[in-house]
Amino acid sequence: MLLSFLTLVSKWAIPFLLLVIPIYSYVKKVPVYESFVEGAEEGFTTAVKIIPFLVGMMVAISVFRASGAMEYLTRVLDPLVSRLGAPSEILPLAIMRPLSGSGVLGMATELMRIYGPDSFIGRLASVMQGTTDTTFFVLTVYFGSVGVKKYRYSVITGLTADITGFFAAIYICNILFY
Amino acid sequence: MLNIIWLLLLASGIIIAALNGNIEVVTEAALGAAKGAVEVCFDLVGIMALWLGIMKIAEHAGVVGGIAKLMEPIMVRLFPSVPSDHPAMGAIILNISANMLGLGNAATPFGMKAMQELQRLNHKPDEASEAMCTFLALNTSCITLIPATIIGVRLSFDSSNPTEIVGPCIFATGVAMIIAVSLDYWFRKRSPWGRHR
Repeated sequence: MLLSFLTLVSKWAIPFLLLVIPIYSYVKKVPVYESFVEGAEEGFTTAVKIIPFLVGMMVAISVFRASGAMEYLTRVLDPLVSRLGAPSEILPLAIMRPLSGSGVLGMATELMRIYGPDSFIGRLASVMQGTTDTTFFVLTVYFGSVGVKKYRYSVITGLTADITGFFAAIYICNILFY
Repeated sequence: MLNIIWLLLLASGIIIAALNGNIEVVTEAALGAAKGAVEVCFDLVGIMALWLGIMKIAEHAGVVGGIAKLMEPIMVRLFPSVPSDHPAMGAIILNISANMLGLGNAATPFGMKAMQELQRLNHKPDEASEAMCTFLALNTSCITLIPATIIGVRLSFDSSNPTEIVGPCIFATGVAMIIAVSLDYWFRKRSPWGRHR
């Protein structure tokens, strides 16, 4: 029931917007095609503007991931996390969460393949994947698109949200699924 | 802050790779990521153009302004430095709505549009304004009502109940969002990092 509703929404959301906005606007006497082109023009310049920011961030994250630094970090943080009721398999995912969206998805998929989607680890990995955004990607892309180089306290806010989401995920999963 | 994080990621990666005796992965990772970053940007061009085009139609029809008007009571409290009829408000609302529905590829163009509008109000163009920090606090911690991607993954592994994680996701993102918005408020109002002008 819930599943069919959710798939319905995610399947229809984009076609719905693409249908309703132009029709409504046409009725309102907006030159729809001309307006579309006018807006779309900005797509290229905006996307190109973020290249230097994204190259810098993705290179650093990628080197960090490939080096095996993650295993050291996992070993250091493991005693702390296991005390909170989270299995240590989940830790790399938590560390990766703010850094790389595709990395986290890959890790969550791998955990579900090994332990099954209905295991405690599989469920926790699912909740953590669905929790908070890839902070560094968002900051890099959004600030990059307007050329802002000093992010001020937004890095701390974003990371605090990630850590909070991580603990909240552990908490709620322990209550519901353990 | 970001200078240190960036340096730490890069330097610790290279040093640990060297200690592990596989320094060659660094070259491969660095060059691959540099190339990959440009590919990500070019993938964005078309999607950006599509959504910015649709958004411009909605703007001309007064839809964006209408939605912004509807949300005004909340928005003026969250963004006191932005005039309530400023186009940034509409773009922020569209971005957050797209995020909530799990429409990641629509969220990014709206978000970048919002940043451009906020940048017009920014007195120091190379520094984040307070409104930008609040927007990103909302954005990175945003409540997820439909975590579509992960439901899909669970479905593909034959989960007996693929959507059981929806409630927990809403809870966890809700808590994260409350903390992020509160912390942002504290930074803005009470901390020495806030700009009072």
